Amino acid sequence: MNLTSYIFGIVSAVLVLIVVVDLLRRKRLRERHAIWWLAAGTIALVLAVFPAVLDWFAGLLGITIPVNLIFFGSIAILFFVALQASSELTKLEDQTRTLAERIALLTLEVDRLTARDRRDPPDVDAA
Amino acid sequence: MQPTADRVLVVMPAFNEEASVSDVIAEVRAKAPSCDVLVIDDGSRDATTARAMGAGALVVTLPFNLGVGGAMRTGYRYAREHGYRAAIQVDSDGQHDPGSIPALLAELDDGADLVLGARFAGEGEYRVRGPRAWAMRVLAAILSRSARTRLTDTTSGFRAAGPRAIALFADHYPAEYLGDTIEALVIASRRKLVIRQVPVAMRPRAGGTPSHNFAKSALYLGRAGIALVFAYLRPRSAYEEATA
Repeated sequence: MNLTSYIFGIVSAVLVLIVVVDLLRRKRLRERHAIWWLAAGTIALVLAVFPAVLDWFAGLLGITIPVNLIFFGSIAILFFVALQASSELTKLEDQTRTLAERIALLTLEVDRLTARDRRDPPDVDAA
Repeated sequence: MQPTADRVLVVMPAFNEEASVSDVIAEVRAKAPSCDVLVIDDGSRDATTARAMGAGALVVTLPFNLGVGGAMRTGYRYAREHGYRAAIQVDSDGQHDPGSIPALLAELDDGADLVLGARFAGEGEYRVRGPRAWAMRVLAAILSRSARTRLTDTTSGFRAAGPRAIALFADHYPAEYLGDTIEALVIASRRKLVIRQVPVAMRPRAGGTPSHNFAKSALYLGRAGIALVFAYLRPRSAYEEATA
């Protein structure tokens, strides 16, 4: 590995962290969705600064080619992010459905009360 | 007008049914005059709401399409909020004969919580053949066991719910495809509701034909199987009454 690729790795990891932190700061990303991205950025930064950590850890797990550990880790993180997004989507769909039902029922109620008031205006002075 | 506690609500989910909805409402009012009729317009893009109102029904218009499950849950919520003693689902395409409503109600009065109008139990001309029929038979066998009664037509949308079923379904009526028929039965049997079926005459659908295509039947069985498996796998707490 030459100096260029070493610096390239560090810059990429820092860029990921900057984007994630900035989105968090401006409330464009909620904390619980950001954990995975923060974890990914941090791990990437550590590995970019100390490439030897990757070789050591790959050896520990019995992985012959250390770069495979990178691929495995990346895919695992993307998998969990996608899974979490699907689960959140399900929850949102459920809430939307409940709101739609609620609104439809309230509309019927409002229409009925409006029609009744028009037929039989409420006594405003009594209130 | 009687207090709603003695009254029965006919719930008609309708999605783009402007052609048939007013005739069906008129028929329900003629054959079951003591019932209130509530049409749930499931986000139709045609004049379903206007036609249903014109025919004298109460109409709830959903802002977008939720599927039969969402429409029916809205109906059960309405029934619960207004204290109806029974809610009867009738399709707005004219497939269900409102003349069978008294038979369903009689079974509710006899102690059942949920009564299915079964299409193949002797009455009427409606028949399904081939792989789809086998799929329906398998479903019926499995659901009969958990419902502790003999059911022959578990995907019938013609059903009557008593107060316990209304309270349960107002919170837990499933939205998934096929969930509204199959999963709803599993939910009811897991909550130990009394389920029965009565034979009803079924008319052929006004438009469209039920498919006898093998691939479609296989897909149908697959989706039904998935709906069934997950209905049993769900934790018991998922079906508890909401505390809110």
